[in-house]
Amino acid sequence: MKILTTNYLACAVKTCKSEPAAFPLHFKDAELAREELELNPEFIKNVLPRIDWPALAQTAAELGFTTLPSQKPENLDEQTMKDLHTLLMETQVMEGKLVCGNCGYEYNIKEGIANFLLPNHLV
Amino acid sequence: MSRPEDTLPPDLFYNDTEALKYTTSSRIQAIQSSMTHRCLELLSLPGPSLILDIGCGSGLSGEILDSYNHTWIGMDISPSMLGVALDRETTGDLLLADMGQGIPFRAGSFDAAVSVSAVQWLCNAETSDVTPQGRLSRFFEGLYASIKRGGKAVLQFYPKNDAQRQMITAAAVKAGFGAGMLEDDPGTKNAKLYLVLTVGSGGDLSGRDITDAVKGMEGVDIVDERRRGIEKKRGETAKEWVKRKKDRDRKKGKIVKSDSKYTARKRRIQF
Ligand SMILES: C[S@@+](CC[C@H](N)C(=O)[O-])C[C@H]1O[C@@H](n2cnc3c(N)ncnc32)[C@H](O)[C@@H]1O
Ligand SMILES: [Zn+2]
Repeated sequence: MKILTTNYLACAVKTCKSEPAAFPLHFKDAELAREELELNPEFIKNVLPRIDWPALAQTAAELGFTTLPSQKPENLDEQTMKDLHTLLMETQVMEGKLVCGNCGYEYNIKEGIANFLLPNHLV
Repeated sequence: MSRPEDTLPPDLFYNDTEALKYTTSSRIQAIQSSMTHRCLELLSLPGPSLILDIGCGSGLSGEILDSYNHTWIGMDISPSMLGVALDRETTGDLLLADMGQGIPFRAGSFDAAVSVSAVQWLCNAETSDVTPQGRLSRFFEGLYASIKRGGKAVLQFYPKNDAQRQMITAAAVKAGFGAGMLEDDPGTKNAKLYLVLTVGSGGDLSGRDITDAVKGMEGVDIVDERRRGIEKKRGETAKEWVKRKKDRDRKKGKIVKSDSKYTARKRRIQF
């Protein structure tokens, strides 16, 4: 699972709808991998406005990446673009858990696939 | 031939054997590919986009999204289908999830959504604690919120009959989408139905014609089934009623004008 995806995922439990603590989900026991992908600058430019920067900084810090600028970059020079591409697209979580900060529910990640199937009473 | 939807739940129907059979059939590959192309044509996205693929299966539809330089996130309920997707090294991110439980993304995440041959499965879900209607509305409400304002979704699906087609489109409209229908090869056994959905581009939706954005798209018939409004309760002032409607819409992730001292005041007609 790409870091990009974790910047959009929110807890699916009914009582967590629009609870600020239900986003972003937090990694636990995350095993990382890097997959080289072709840089797609148009795509990065397109999604950047919709990236929640404080959430991204938090996720990155939880995974041990602490070099992210504290503010969303205004201008995307070549290096910033490459760094964003590496973090958002190429860095992937293969195993571990995503944990909701509001209800504590743990979503398992196996082979890069997060399990979001919920028991019916939580939906 | 009986419909798979009538035989088993999707996660059991698409087991390892069926998932492999499905994905390696060149006939199926060709059909899914051409329908995904059609979805993209109807979306007419201006550039590389973030797309949600609902019922992504083994990634046959996703592969086409890749070929246009889009980035996709797929959700599917069948572990076997997702397993095949892993083996085929598709590039989209995969989520094991049931669309009938909603869309687990924050509001405004996606530029667009596609679904190829999956949504009809929502009509078969009768257990003691869930109904197709309940699952359809959770799905469409979640979808509506997860797409950015001004975004679109195109869902190709195989309704069993007119009642199912009706039930699905009505649920979409009720969730707030502007909706249109397009049918390729109607009346033949190759008929393909596409539900084209638009998310209001912002501002006060209640004043706009929700069908505007679908209008003028070639071959697309507008589904004009306005949301049934919330009725005014007895003893409720006009202002309270408007507030209640707005609260409901806000909860659904819609953009609603903020309340002001002018809310629900009668306006003088201006010439
Ligand atoms: C005919 S396949 C289409 C797969 C892919 N879109 C393609 O074009 O090849 C239908 C898919 O819908 C999935 N599906 C059915 N019900 C679902 C649900 N409630 N939530 C998520 N996926 C579902 C099935 O598991 C299956 O992979
Ligand atoms: Zn939660």
